[in-house]
Amino acid sequence: MAITPPENKLWWKEPLHRMEIIWITIAFLWGLVMFSTMIYWHITGEQNLSNEAYRITPDAFAEKTEEMAEAYTVREEGDTGIPVVRPPPGSDVYLIARLWEWWPILELEKDQSYRLHLSSLDWQHGFSLQPTNINLQVHPNYEMVVTLTPNETGEFGIVCNEFCGIGHHQMLGKIYVVE
Amino acid sequence: MSVSTAEGALVGHDEKYRTCLDTGLKVYAKTETLIKVNAVAAVLFLAVGGLFGVLVALTRWPGVHLLPADLFYLVLTAHGAAVLLFWIIFFEVAILYFASSILLNCRLATPHFAWLGFLLMVGGSLLATVAVLQGESSVMFTSYVPMQAAPHFYLGLILFAVGALLACCVFFGTLVIAKEEQTYEGSVPLVTFGAITAAIIAVFTIASGAIILIPTFLWSIGYIAEIDTVTYKLVWWGMGHSSQQINVSAHVAVWYCIAALVLGAKPLSEKVSRTAFLLYILFLQLACAHHMLVEPGISSEWKVFNTSYALYLAVLGSLIHGMSIPGAVEAAQRRRGFTKGIFGWLRQAPWGNPAFSGFALSVVLFGFLGGISGVVLGTEQINILMHNTLYVPGHFHATVVAGTTLAFMAISYLVVPLIFQRDLVFKTIAKWQPYVFAIGVGGTSLFMMGAGTLGISRRHWDITFSDASLTFDVPGTAFLMLGLNGIFGLLAGVGGLMYILVIVGSILFGKRRDAEAVKANPIVAGGEAVSTYGSEGTLKLPGTITLVAVFFTAFVLYYFINWKFLSEVWPLS
Repeated sequence: MAITPPENKLWWKEPLHRMEIIWITIAFLWGLVMFSTMIYWHITGEQNLSNEAYRITPDAFAEKTEEMAEAYTVREEGDTGIPVVRPPPGSDVYLIARLWEWWPILELEKDQSYRLHLSSLDWQHGFSLQPTNINLQVHPNYEMVVTLTPNETGEFGIVCNEFCGIGHHQMLGKIYVVE
Repeated sequence: MSVSTAEGALVGHDEKYRTCLDTGLKVYAKTETLIKVNAVAAVLFLAVGGLFGVLVALTRWPGVHLLPADLFYLVLTAHGAAVLLFWIIFFEVAILYFASSILLNCRLATPHFAWLGFLLMVGGSLLATVAVLQGESSVMFTSYVPMQAAPHFYLGLILFAVGALLACCVFFGTLVIAKEEQTYEGSVPLVTFGAITAAIIAVFTIASGAIILIPTFLWSIGYIAEIDTVTYKLVWWGMGHSSQQINVSAHVAVWYCIAALVLGAKPLSEKVSRTAFLLYILFLQLACAHHMLVEPGISSEWKVFNTSYALYLAVLGSLIHGMSIPGAVEAAQRRRGFTKGIFGWLRQAPWGNPAFSGFALSVVLFGFLGGISGVVLGTEQINILMHNTLYVPGHFHATVVAGTTLAFMAISYLVVPLIFQRDLVFKTIAKWQPYVFAIGVGGTSLFMMGAGTLGISRRHWDITFSDASLTFDVPGTAFLMLGLNGIFGLLAGVGGLMYILVIVGSILFGKRRDAEAVKANPIVAGGEAVSTYGSEGTLKLPGTITLVAVFFTAFVLYYFINWKFLSEVWPLS
């Protein structure tokens, strides 16, 4: 039994049940398939994260974001005072995460690529773009760059999905995608 | 381990023991007491932490929305610490002492240190719990910097970890004594081997914890200026995820133990089962990568290699156990004459015995819900869909609650008569408890995964964003999912309460188990005839083959469905 020492002291010499050999082989091959699928997706898939990231101070990141907002603000969102920024396709786009907002609101064009830079000015936050469902972790002092290509128009919410204190559930941002 | 018929003293050691009437094993008095106190501490934390869990589920149910935001985040932090850490690790210490001292017929090494470890664990767990309840440490179980908790929150966790490390040392010491005093012949039993696996991973886990928690404590009192956030996450999960691998090793050992005690089941192959445990030791530690898949500054090569435990070799370990455990049960049942059809052995299994039903439900839920979702969640690119959504707690409630907790509940129904020497009270409640708890937890896991698939965030007080300056509408189905999660969470709470009632009631008021009770109501069924059945026999196991085939098909389908989901997301590079 499993609670007593093996009766056969040379248990490592016992032959295996055929069923066991077959299952171990299948399970091992399945592991190889799953491992290869990740690599395969890097080659042919369209959803892969870049490895591009930089160290940055919160001040420097805020400055770059404000520069972009100054140049490309097209309007304000309702009476919230939050600028809606429409940077040119293909450009570098900056998004600040801080307690408890995503700043600014972005307006992007469908089927155009943007280099999105993400960083936090204080604690960790979670960039959760809904309903398309893209979830990325945002750290302070790190600037992450991903190239994003919206393939549908509409209004998308950015939920914070990393707990960041008592206002966490109020932290909401927005991305507009237009034709 | 019933009434004391043989109280004796070993030559050279003045250690009291009794011989268990059920199993014939020697039960040393000091070991027995230590197992009892650790198990009791565990159950108390389960009661408190489980209650917190129900409050969390009721708050996330939008129709109920029970707690205010500050209290919700506080209770959620307390829930994680109380059950994920304290309940499970206290119980695991009890398992370590059982698997070493009792299974090897050996006195416990340095019981004084075992007590010191216990006191440190009690002190540490209380200190951390108090810190959370004071309200200044609602930082969640993960306590990601630069969010800061009160210093005594970190200090409590450190003390708890030191206590657990002492328990591991006592365990290893006992193995050495058993070997030297030749209290057993040949190799250690498989259950002990599983416990060794758990203890080795525990040492790695605690070392990672020390490397990250000590600097974090120093940072919280102002001696260190800054802690790098990515490094913190990497090392913290060296502790956080590895501690879940302790649980896997421990509850797989518990599965083998229950199958052996209740059915006299023998592992199909000692070699295969032990190799599977060995794979855990070698590869499980890489799992901290599961939490780093969408972080800045980490290369894809690192992610792919580590998140897959190098070619999925630790997953291979679990897949092996997933066949050899039902296989061992089927073999034992067939040997006892339940040979009708493919599943006659399963139909004739003792489903009214909570130790068996809890074990069987734990195996199924852990494999189908926890195992498959874990591999999918840990796939590098698919993680983009799921990171920090409710899918994550959905997954780990299937592993840690439906898997580990249910397995520990199941073996409690053997621990009470064998170690506490009490007959169970409220037998009908005991009989239904595993089913109620399994349905409740299975439901919450499923519905949290469902909500997560819809993109609903974990650790979030208000999916309507009523206090936010912007607006966002989540899909209506998400409300349904969270409502169902609340209902099934309540059911799991009822199942937990039934467990506490039976266990605490039996310890306090159960009839003392004497020789007559052992004869009338044997715990250890099976006996020698079954136990001598070996693996390399010609016995066919069509039931296990069918179960494994169903499992594998579900796994493959669900895996590729998620790639399909991913392919529909905005292109990213």
